[in-house]
Amino acid sequence: MSESANGAGGFPSLALIPKADAKQSMKDFKSDQEVRWCPGCGDYAILAAVQGFLPELGLRKENVVWISGIGCSSRFPYYLNTYGMHSIHGRAPAIATGLATSREDLSVWVVTGDGDALSIGGNHLIHALRRNVNLKILLFNNRIYGLTKGQYSPTSETGKITKSTPMGSLDHPFNPLSVAIGAEASFVARSIDSDRKHLTSVLRAAAAHEGTALVEIYQNCNIFNDGAFEQLKDPAQRDDVTIRLEHGQPIRFGAEGQYGVIRGAHGALDVAEVAKVGEDAVLVHDAHADNPELAFALTRLGDLTSNTHTPIGVFRDIARPVYDRLMSAQMAEAATKQGPGDLASLIRGNDTWSID
Amino acid sequence: MTKQVKQLDRVVIRFAGDSGDGMQLTGDRFTSETATFGNDLSTLPNFPAEIRAPAGTLPGVSSFQLHFADHDILTPGDAPTVLVAMNPAALKANIRDLPRGAEIIVNTDEFSKRAMAKVGYPTSPLEDGSLDAYNVHAIPLTTLTVGALAEFEISKKDAERAKNMFALGLLSWLYHRPTEATVDFLRRKFAKLPVIAEANVAAFKAGWNFGETTDDFAVSYEVAPAKLPSGTYRNITGNLALSYGLVAAGQLADLPVYLGSYPITPASDILHELAKHKNFGVRTFQAEDEIAGIGAALGASFGGALGVTTTSGPGVALKSETIGLAVSLELPLLIVDVQRGGPSTGLPTKTEQSDLLQAMFGRNGEAPVPIVAPQTPSDCFAAAVEAARIALKYRTPVFLLSDGYLANGSEPWRLPETSELPDLRVAFATEPNQENADGTKEFWPYKRDPETLARPWAVPGTPGLEHRIGGIEKADGIGSISYDPANHDLMVRTRQAKVDGIAKDIDPLWVDDATGDAKVLVIGWGSTYGPIAAAVRRVRAAGGKVAQAHLRHLNPFPANTAEVLRSYDKVIVPEMNLGQLALLLRGRFLVDAMSYNQVRGLPFKSEELAHVIREVIESV
Ligand SMILES: Cc1ncc(C[n+]2csc(CCOP(=O)(O)OP(=O)(O)O)c2C)c(N)n1
Ligand code: SF4
Ligand SMILES: [Mg+2]
Repeated sequence: MSESANGAGGFPSLALIPKADAKQSMKDFKSDQEVRWCPGCGDYAILAAVQGFLPELGLRKENVVWISGIGCSSRFPYYLNTYGMHSIHGRAPAIATGLATSREDLSVWVVTGDGDALSIGGNHLIHALRRNVNLKILLFNNRIYGLTKGQYSPTSETGKITKSTPMGSLDHPFNPLSVAIGAEASFVARSIDSDRKHLTSVLRAAAAHEGTALVEIYQNCNIFNDGAFEQLKDPAQRDDVTIRLEHGQPIRFGAEGQYGVIRGAHGALDVAEVAKVGEDAVLVHDAHADNPELAFALTRLGDLTSNTHTPIGVFRDIARPVYDRLMSAQMAEAATKQGPGDLASLIRGNDTWSID
Repeated sequence: MTKQVKQLDRVVIRFAGDSGDGMQLTGDRFTSETATFGNDLSTLPNFPAEIRAPAGTLPGVSSFQLHFADHDILTPGDAPTVLVAMNPAALKANIRDLPRGAEIIVNTDEFSKRAMAKVGYPTSPLEDGSLDAYNVHAIPLTTLTVGALAEFEISKKDAERAKNMFALGLLSWLYHRPTEATVDFLRRKFAKLPVIAEANVAAFKAGWNFGETTDDFAVSYEVAPAKLPSGTYRNITGNLALSYGLVAAGQLADLPVYLGSYPITPASDILHELAKHKNFGVRTFQAEDEIAGIGAALGASFGGALGVTTTSGPGVALKSETIGLAVSLELPLLIVDVQRGGPSTGLPTKTEQSDLLQAMFGRNGEAPVPIVAPQTPSDCFAAAVEAARIALKYRTPVFLLSDGYLANGSEPWRLPETSELPDLRVAFATEPNQENADGTKEFWPYKRDPETLARPWAVPGTPGLEHRIGGIEKADGIGSISYDPANHDLMVRTRQAKVDGIAKDIDPLWVDDATGDAKVLVIGWGSTYGPIAAAVRRVRAAGGKVAQAHLRHLNPFPANTAEVLRSYDKVIVPEMNLGQLALLLRGRFLVDAMSYNQVRGLPFKSEELAHVIREVIESV
């Protein structure tokens, strides 16, 4: 049996989850529900990538659970033949936390949107990240409220004209990855709906991570925010704006790798032609650095609106104690120290008297 | 000198002082001594929301009232017969509750001009004759304590702090309380500071000896043990009993308990308590807010745990949307609401029953949730077990409505035999439950038990039963998304029918109608049980005829509720809100229920209720 079929080896985060007896295929993870996103929606590509990737984990599919909030993206669990819950707006990380911290034998995944995760559910997201519960959170960022028909979201660019902002939105947007790193996330990554190979590699890294993983997936909403990530998809420009991060590798990009990321003024990052600054000036990516400084600086690189200089890949992936493991350790310690619970003696307490 | 000893049948003591004076501890200790002695008792702690309100002020007064007797009692007592006032503020804040002739023990050391002026005493009440109607014992408690501790190498401040133990010693002498347990307690509490421990023990003993020797107290009192039903007893507060009930529910159901909670007065102690019992398989999760607390509990329920969330009214408001989700998902979930004064932050440390309608209706859509309410502190145990039984059997969120008075009040509890407790085990689904025409089998998450209408509980990890649930309306049986009008109508009615059907599975409403010919019924719910029952006793003692009924289940009501209500000419509904149960009874049963309401943050006084009952009896 191959390593991917028994799912052991590369996935310490999944060590406690029962493995499938036989090799699985994409078909095993497709549910019988008709998929109801708008034709052309980026969510289809993400679904296909996930369905294609899950067999690789080699987990019993009854031990995989998908939990979502509300939004177009949050319909996701209906289309996977695993256990699933389509919950309420913004609360999926909280619900998933209860499940993951009480069932270490489950692989728990969260699907959320930019509104779901960062507006109404912002509080749950940051706290899930800081706790480091064994959850994998896929944030489908289309920079718009899709399901409610196109209002601006916390990741929409300032000045966005939508139905609720006919004169342009006034809000300054969030950068989800900066938020995540600020919230002490132990794993932060970004990918793009249309790049299945890259997305799969990021999902693989997230699955292998022990603790909470946040994967931001740029997702095109062709109805209400079409082309939001066009520069990253257009063959003519994408190589010049997309920075593919790889741990331990110099951060270079461009069709010929002619550009590199360097340390600029005041510690901020900058982009330069390697030929001009020399190879030694190009920073080497270190996703495992405990200090979040480089990962954070990478999230600030470029401009979100024009998508110039957009790093994708794993920004940060560090080892930090996992909440559910710590909780289980306390449970075990209490059981050892206090012995198995005895209800009669608990309710008696130390101070009783008798009446005949 | 041998002093006279008098027998009393009951006593109500109130300890009052600054929030920093240790009055709750003093009251707790006196309660423990009294419980060990075998009196029946009932307590009422009353403290400010601030941790240390400004010293010496009226808002900073903290008090602890204890009623103990040689017979069974139902309330912490309407009015104290003894007041211990550690400062002028404590005297001023409590004096109006004292009947004439009551004993007052004051700490004269605190009656400086400044301290008296601070609470608006222009002249000393100890000297100006304003306390002539009372039996005042003016004692320099602080000076006596410091004097008694002269030998100890402790700061003056630490010596002064022990004055509450001096007072406790004096009161323990006055009422012949056993003292060993308090001595042990002090040594345990200050185990790390042995000098302080011994100083407190010395202050406690000095207080006792002072009583023995001073001329100020010519008489001491005995209150004989109460003749309660035989059994083993302990003293217990509502929050502790409720916590044990939750632990018990997990044991009886053979399921792990998962508590997701966010701290809020007066519910936090349940979180604190459950956090100690991990060896029972109880997991506690302090979430980032109430929404996450219930979310985590619901997530755990999805995974096959008994999910519980504990909170008070403001927290319930935040949890409403998730409760609605739980109604739709049809998963077991306990929502414990320890009610406090509202609206908004209201009176965080005071009691009220004003969340009944929030529990009943506080959600969007038709979202029925069963409601269970405990009636005394110790009853919180059984009520928690009952709430869990309903949640598990019917796969539904259930409200358990306690309140601040039950939470912090205490009483003796006759311990149940664990073998008498109900079996709460339910079976998870393990097999497909639907056979198609072509012989293939499927799992239908919303195919119901025809008897209970509960849906199967299939937990992740069960092969072959993979399914998706959510808050969008589901097709009857198969459980996939459905926007079909007729299906929605059916599902709304089915969820309601499931909850209504619980009426068949709960005890009928029991009526205490001693003579069988009363024309007036008093009906209540929750913590008003004690005051109502005490009032009914008073009325009956004077020959009045009145029936009493108390609702444990508020949704659904017991099947015979209509019949009970219609058997009486007048129905009185006393509540610590503006008539929430009365509204439900009137709406549901078309009875002319008469509300009697108070929202003073304190339990009813039974004499007031007795008065109301007498007036109604006279009017029929
Ligand atoms: C409590 C609550 N408030 C508002 C809504 C309406 N609502 C549903 S989805 C949504 C925004 C979804 O945006 P996003 O999370 O970005 O998801 P997308 O549809 O873009 O995938 C809103 C406001 C709701 N369902 N619940
Ligand atoms: S509205 Fe946008 S996000 Fe939603 S399904 Fe349609 S294309 Fe996708
Ligand atoms: Mg969106």
